[in-house]
Amino acid sequence: MKILAIDTSNKPLSVAVMDNDQLLAQTTLTTHRKHAEFLMPVIEDLVKKSDLAPADLDRVVVADGPGSYTGIRMAVTAAKTIASTLGIELVTVSSLLNLALNVQKDNVLINPIFDGRNQNMFTGLYRWNDGEIETVISDQHINLEKWLHLIAEYDQQIVIIGDTDSFENDMRSALHSRLVVGQSLEGIPSAAKLGQYGLSQSPVSNVDAVVPRYLRLTKAEADWKKLHPNEDTHNYVEKV
Amino acid sequence: MNLVARDLVLSFESSCDETSVAVIENGNKILSNIVATQIKSHQRFGGVVPEVASRHHIEQITGCINDALKEADVTYDDLTSVAVTYGPGLVGALLIGVTAAKVVAWAHNLPLVPVNHLAGHIYAARLVEPIEFPAMALVVSGGHTELVYMPEEDKFEIIGETRDDAAGEAYDKVGRVLGINYPAGKPVDELARKGHDTFKFPRAMDSDDNFDFSFSGLKSAFINTVHHADQIHEKLSREDLAASFQQAVVDVLADKTDRALKEFPVKQLILAGGVAANKGLRERLTKNLQAFKNTKLELVPLSLCGDNAAMIGAAGEMLYRHGARADATLNADPGLEFEWLKDEEK
Ligand SMILES: [Zn+2]
Repeated sequence: MKILAIDTSNKPLSVAVMDNDQLLAQTTLTTHRKHAEFLMPVIEDLVKKSDLAPADLDRVVVADGPGSYTGIRMAVTAAKTIASTLGIELVTVSSLLNLALNVQKDNVLINPIFDGRNQNMFTGLYRWNDGEIETVISDQHINLEKWLHLIAEYDQQIVIIGDTDSFENDMRSALHSRLVVGQSLEGIPSAAKLGQYGLSQSPVSNVDAVVPRYLRLTKAEADWKKLHPNEDTHNYVEKV
Repeated sequence: MNLVARDLVLSFESSCDETSVAVIENGNKILSNIVATQIKSHQRFGGVVPEVASRHHIEQITGCINDALKEADVTYDDLTSVAVTYGPGLVGALLIGVTAAKVVAWAHNLPLVPVNHLAGHIYAARLVEPIEFPAMALVVSGGHTELVYMPEEDKFEIIGETRDDAAGEAYDKVGRVLGINYPAGKPVDELARKGHDTFKFPRAMDSDDNFDFSFSGLKSAFINTVHHADQIHEKLSREDLAASFQQAVVDVLADKTDRALKEFPVKQLILAGGVAANKGLRERLTKNLQAFKNTKLELVPLSLCGDNAAMIGAAGEMLYRHGARADATLNADPGLEFEWLKDEEK
């Protein structure tokens, strides 16, 4: 099975082409946030250099969020359109889980973090169990204080990776020696790991319905919902 | 069976609050034109919220592609090119169409043609009748008000544009004061037909020696009139307010267009863009054009005045013939503009 894997959830861009769990080609860029310009050329280049044509692909695996709204939209739009136009499978994977795959350690809790600004984070808690990664606390957009509350009940070491800078001091005050700061390379998504993980997951049943995992309403919608708590928010888009 | 090779463009439009994909045959025949509109969603907020718009586009995009191909009864193998709006518009909205179009072009080895959204509005005219050159276009929409001179089919030169608000923007703001939700163009137009121009609002820049427009003064005069009446508890006729506002807009648009046609004699005048659906404006231009015996008026049909991908396909086929191509690096250009007419050409 030929797999194309894509992660542009945050500033880094990572794309890989795999043949089952064998890596054929991978590019990871961390310098620019120019996904609109760079994503398609990188995909074209890697597929070509893997001696494949687009039609040879069997499956697309995409990190669908959380992350920067524009970033996850670029990856998901590209991935769902590739799957739809080529009639191939699409697998969606949490961007936080993809980062957690970088920490290959047993008996620790893995805590990937994306900065959500103002002491808020997009985060989740993961661990390895018998060679399989599993979710301990599901991905969410949450205030640091509340998050510390949630993870207080676990007594294992907690490895933080990703946007750790703004949270490290406060987390250390709460977790003391249980806090381990991951290595910088562990905070950069790897599309090869994403592709490998995506190989074992089942594809979505409806490609058209796939949307990014924003984990957060837009401000306009959140304000509106407060005023209209019982309104059905579906069917706002009509084909005319 | 059709033995003549068909030119088939798959076109994308996602610059604002409509996700649209179309299949256009030979540049002028609509085989399909799927439009998913988000108006209902943004009405909750009284106007388009960019982040919400981007989110809706991504929900709709692949479904629209499939529907467009199905309705046109064609497959990817039948296509000649892919065309896409890359600006102007909302960057997050544009990027969905641009990304999807780049993917389709790559996946099926098709040339990708970048299209200016306003060229699309103008080329909607072509879906009814061939455009004859030189031509002039008055493009009026929620985001734009400009006079575009076209000496040849792939040359677009601005000769005048709004200095502040677009005409459609003024309609929405005035609509809000009258208690009308976005998009206010049609309801204000309907209200205006029941009233008279009793307020005589200012016609900004109408007598200036250029082709530029300004609507912010008119908008302020309107708002001040309503607020003043509120303060002294006077009730003004909504119909007359709408009629006076519309008359001022139409006067300025029509007068500037007249002057432009005198300076640049053209074979065709095209009225395009969302506000081109305005009945008052259509009637006035129809009347004015009687004085220009050699200029034919081309009113873009109501169904194609709003944003749609059919118009992008119509412009895309023309641009493709003239060699316009984009590669996989194509980015959205939210501030994209036509060039101004150069002085020596005047
Ligand atoms: Zn438009």
